[in-house]
Order: sequence, then C-alpha cells, then structure tokens
Amino acid sequence: MDLRFTPEQDAFRAEVRAWLEANVPSEAKGTGPLPSLDTAEGFAAHRVWEQAMFDARLSVVSWPEEFGGRGAGLLEWLIFEEEYYRAQAPTRVGQNGIFLLAPTIFEFGTPEQQARYLPAMASAREVWCQGWSEPDAGSDLAGIRSRATRKGPEGEGGSWVLSGQKTWASRGAFADWCFGLFRTDPTAERHRGMTYFLIPMDAPGVTVRPIAQLDGETGFAEIFFEDVEVPDDQVLGEVGKGWSVAMATTNSERGLSLRSPARFTEAAGRLLALYAEQALLDPVAAGRSADAVARAAMDAEAYQLNTYWTVTRVLGGTPVGPEASMNKLHWSETDLAIHRCALDLLGPEAELLDADGRPGPWLDGFLFALAGPIYAGTNEIQRNVVAERVLGLPRS
Amino acid sequence: MRFAFEDRQVEFRDQLRSFTEKECTAAEVRAAWDSELGWSPDRWAAMAELGLLGLTVPEDLGGFGFGFLDLVLLLEEAGRSGLPEPLLETVGLAVPLLLDLPGPEADGLRAEVLPRVAIGESVLTVGLSSMVAVPAAAGADLLLLEDAGELHAVAPAETRLIPRPSIDGARRPARVDWDPTPDTLLASAAESAPVLARLADRAAVGTGALLLGVADRLIASAAAYATDRHQFGVPIGSFQAVKHQLADALVRLEFARPVVYRAAWSLDSAEPAVSRHASMAKAYAAEAALGAARTALQVHGAIGYTWEHDLQLWMKKAWALSTAWGDAADHRARVLEALLAEAAGPG
Repeated sequence: MDLRFTPEQDAFRAEVRAWLEANVPSEAKGTGPLPSLDTAEGFAAHRVWEQAMFDARLSVVSWPEEFGGRGAGLLEWLIFEEEYYRAQAPTRVGQNGIFLLAPTIFEFGTPEQQARYLPAMASAREVWCQGWSEPDAGSDLAGIRSRATRKGPEGEGGSWVLSGQKTWASRGAFADWCFGLFRTDPTAERHRGMTYFLIPMDAPGVTVRPIAQLDGETGFAEIFFEDVEVPDDQVLGEVGKGWSVAMATTNSERGLSLRSPARFTEAAGRLLALYAEQALLDPVAAGRSADAVARAAMDAEAYQLNTYWTVTRVLGGTPVGPEASMNKLHWSETDLAIHRCALDLLGPEAELLDADGRPGPWLDGFLFALAGPIYAGTNEIQRNVVAERVLGLPRS
Repeated sequence: MRFAFEDRQVEFRDQLRSFTEKECTAAEVRAAWDSELGWSPDRWAAMAELGLLGLTVPEDLGGFGFGFLDLVLLLEEAGRSGLPEPLLETVGLAVPLLLDLPGPEADGLRAEVLPRVAIGESVLTVGLSSMVAVPAAAGADLLLLEDAGELHAVAPAETRLIPRPSIDGARRPARVDWDPTPDTLLASAAESAPVLARLADRAAVGTGALLLGVADRLIASAAAYATDRHQFGVPIGSFQAVKHQLADALVRLEFARPVVYRAAWSLDSAEPAVSRHASMAKAYAAEAALGAARTALQVHGAIGYTWEHDLQLWMKKAWALSTAWGDAADHRARVLEALLAEAAGPG
C-alpha cells in the first residue's frame, strides 16, 4: 500500500491545473461563467469550451490517442477530475456520450463506428442524449415498448424503422444524437429481442418536446419516433443483444466512470468554507450544524477513498461488479447531505433566488442532488441489486 | 497510489481466520466470557505460536517489527471472530507505546518486556487517568498508565483493581487504583505528550478495525438468517423491507473499510493528517457497527433478542467498542476541527 502519487502523476496534475487556470471561463477573465447549459446559447458556449479542451487533449484523457485522448490510466483520469472540479470548470455538455455511450462503443462498436463517433463526441461536435426510459418503463427498463422493424434485405445493406416514445432524456432538447434501446423482436422474452441503436436527432420522424425540470429549465426532453429509418451501421452490438450491450453502459454510469469523487470533495470543501463563515457570524447557530457538516465532509472523503480502493482493484484486473450499486447509493446520499446541510447553514437566506430569478449555487446544487437518488437506476433498485447480488439474498 | 494490501498481509489474515474458525467458535467466545479471566491463556499461547504476539515487537527483540498495516486486517479478523484475548491492548497499543518512549531509559524495560510479549509470556495493557476503567487490567502482567500527563509502568502487585464489568464479557475493564512513584515513572509529561497522542490515534484505528470485523459478522449472520427464515411461505430476505436495511448496513461497512485502512497507512507513514484520519476511522467504523447491530437484531426478530442466540455476542461488542476510545460524535468533532484548521492553512 502506498497512498502517494508518483512524480509523473504530480507533473500531470500540475499541467492540468495550469491549463485550467489559464482557460476556464471566469468573471475575472471576462469570459464567464458560461450561460446555462439548458439554453440554446449556453449549449453553444459549452460546445466551444469542450472543443478547447479537446484541442488541448484534455477532454478524454483516458481514451486512446487516435480518438483524441492521451491513453492515460484511471488514476490520471481521477487526477484530471479532481483538478477539473477544483477549477470550478463548466459542466461537461458531452458527458452523456463520453461517460455512458463511449465505454459501450469501445466494447461493442466496429472499428468504423469507433472512428466515426468517438472523436466527434470528444470534441462536442456531436452531443449525445440517452433514449432509455419510456413513459411506462423507468425502473423496469426491460418493459420498453418502442419498436424497430426490419426494412430491406437481411444482412448487410438494410435498415430499421423505429417508432415509439422515449423520455427523461438529459440534454435531449439540444442534442445531435441519441443512443437508445428498441424492441426488434416483439415475440422474445422481456430481456431479449432488444437492439441498441444510434439515431441522429435530425432524422425525419424525430420530434423533441423539452420538459422543464424542477429548476424551471429544460434539462431533459421527451423524444417521439415516427417511422424513423436507421441504417444497419447505426446498430451498436448484435441485433437482439441490446440488453447486455446496454447493461455495459449502465455499469459505467453506476460505477466509476461518471461519478468521480471530485464533484463531492469539491462541494464538501465549499461546505466547510461556508461553515467557517457562518461560525464567525453566529457560532451558536452554526454549531448546531457542526455534526452534520462533519458527516457530510467525511462521506465525501470516504467516497474518494473508496474510489482509490476500487481503482487499485480494477488496475489489478478485477472488474467493477454489483458493488457499483453501493457507490451509487453512497454518492447520491452524500451529495444530498452536503447540499441540505449548506441550506441549513444559510438559514433564512437559503430559499432566496438571485437577481435573475435563478437559484444560487447551493440551492441549485440541492435541486440537482435531488435527482441523484432517481436517475441511473433509483436507489431502491440499487438496494435490491446490493441485497441480491452482493449479499446473496433471494430474489423477490 | 496503490491502495491495496500486500499478499503477505492478506495471507496472515487468512491464517488467523483458519485459526479462529477452529479455536474461537461462538461457543469458545461464550466460554471465555463465562470464565474468571474473560479470555483464554491457552489460546494466547497458541497466538504466540502463530507469530501474532510478536508482530509489532522489533526483530532484535524477538518479533517481526511490523507496523499497523500488518496489524489492521488481523484486528478486523479478531472482531469478526469475537476473539476475547487482549490483542489490541498488548500488540496494537502497549508495544508501540513502549517503542515510542524516548531515551535509553526505556531501553531496559523494552529489552526486559518485549521478548516476553512475543512468546506470549507477558500481557500488557494501557490506561489513561481520564478512563472510568482500564480494559484487560486483571490479566495484565504490566500496566502502562498515564497520570498527570506522565507515563508510568506499573506491576499488578502495585495496583488495587475494582472490576467494572462490561456488557462485552471479554473486555473486563477495572478501575485501577495505584500510586505514581519515581520508580514507576517512564516519561515526563513533556516527553509523554506526543507518545500519548500517537496512542490515541492507534487506539482509534485499532478499535475501528475491530468494529469492521464485528459489523461484517453481524451482517453476514443477518443475511444468512434472512435466507433461511421463512414467513408467509417465502424467505424473509426476499422482502424489500428486509433487503434494503441489509443493503444500507453493507454500504456503511464497505465505505468504512478504506477509511480504516487509510488511517493504518497514515500511522505507518508519519502522515501529517494522521490524527484526523484516525478519528475518521473510528467514527466511520462505529457507525457501521452500530448500524449493523441494529439491523441484524431487527432482521432476526425475537430470537435475536435472546441470551441463547449468539447474535448478542457481536451486538455487545459493537456497543462496547463504539464508545471505547471516543464515540463517533467525539471523533467527528475532532475531524471537523482538523479540517477547518487544514483549510485555514499553517499559522
């Protein structure tokens, strides 16, 4: 055991930190913060930022060089993330593609698909949204009804015609592409007969209806498919194997890939600073939150330690299994605890919106944190996974 | 960055597990709790044979000279098996404390005591004046006691013990009445201060490691029971109300592990934030074990509430150890203080 970073890793950290300090849009530089990601203007501004990161080969450090990465290891990726959140850099507009779809393309995509989609994704020239949930298929994802029917010859050169409805697609309002599951064999048993498709959002027959979220902005959308024709080379993995292909993506979403600890340790650092400020103003009132502040800060640090523990195991060749569900339970509850605690410290100021009628950082973060126990598989589903697949309890 | 144990450390843990599965069954734990001493001198001798007792004793004094990273998995196993012997007190606390003492004055005592510890012929314990009672005091061959900030080495003959029985039948705390004299003095208050600070850190991490094992045992017992026990014609573990409690208990345990292991590394690595890491370890492990005890009892239902069922042994360890050497809230307060100081920077 050695919990220190190597000199090479420290040098990488210094490089990332210097680049971010010079380039992150900020008020001081007169370039930021960027407008909200959930507006057309903000979406465009975030694309420009992603392109700048791509040009510096920092947008996807862990990818192979040929697709715009550096071939860096998981630890370097964690270092990048720590620096990214430390710098309070913009939200990643491309994160659905980079963190959820890309691992699946690396695993199941043809070389042509990898070359076609990955660099465009890494530079945010093409931004992806996820088309999984349907109005009647949320936690019970295998209950999807959207269909794809065969058109043209079997084998090479044919196409599929998609119809149905997807919902809760984050970034759906402005995304260029959608990845989603459709039923290709309606006679097959629930978990079979599904196929994983890649669909351009400007294809004829695709209609997007943005949905306003809890904060009033259109962070996600419904997507309607009416006879949308998709060629064979936009099928990811085998026809009829969509469920197992999709589960690979789910694992990366629940597991390490998306949820770097940096987001939570950064927020915990701000919580400590807020506590220190409030303790000067009103030590008695702040003191009542002391234990909750300590718990939240410790939970964030414990998540970081658990991530290093897991990464070491992954680097040793053991894949992340159902324990990814434990990570999801821990980080989503931690995120909520940090923000709830900050609102308590702010007291009567917590409810107030800013001059533009927007929630301030803590209220905004709280609203965002509330989604955590719901998306990527609700926490109730995660507890079932932990109980059945880690503890070995009988299925219901 | 490599956050994993070495093969040697895992193998030693596995060796101890094979030993406890034969020599420290639940029936053996009960027998120890019912005995006059609270633990078994025969098992202590067998632990010496395994090399456990010389783990922290330097090589030139007949031991292995290992650190806390080598000990932490063994303590976890001791908690899991309910091992009644004072492994933490002797090997985890008293021996390192003797090694921390400055000056050649302590060399004589080290040369006299440590080789005997390694072969199982000397049991040690440590006590602070702030403690209501000192664990393992009755069976100890030498007590290392703090008074007015000074450290003293006190022979059992120079003490009067008033037992203060614990709900954990192996801990055997006792109030120790004794008189400090120049003969018992080991180190002045100034010399003792840093030694006592390290003792507090080791005690927090060591108790945390025991609690990890206790929580592991409680959750495993409850999961096994939930699989066997049928109600409404199905195993109770198939109900989500049971599953979700156990899943939450497991999450608390699995996130406590790296926190405790990191603290063990920090102890061995002279990490500046070691005290914060140690407090975080104790706080996290205590919450994990208390939560596991609560869940395990609820899952077992009435049978878990009986004297006859072995669940009580591990619940009682969880309750006793969670407040020993500072409860979770004490340690969280220390963590917060340290975090605020770190954020404010030096000076």
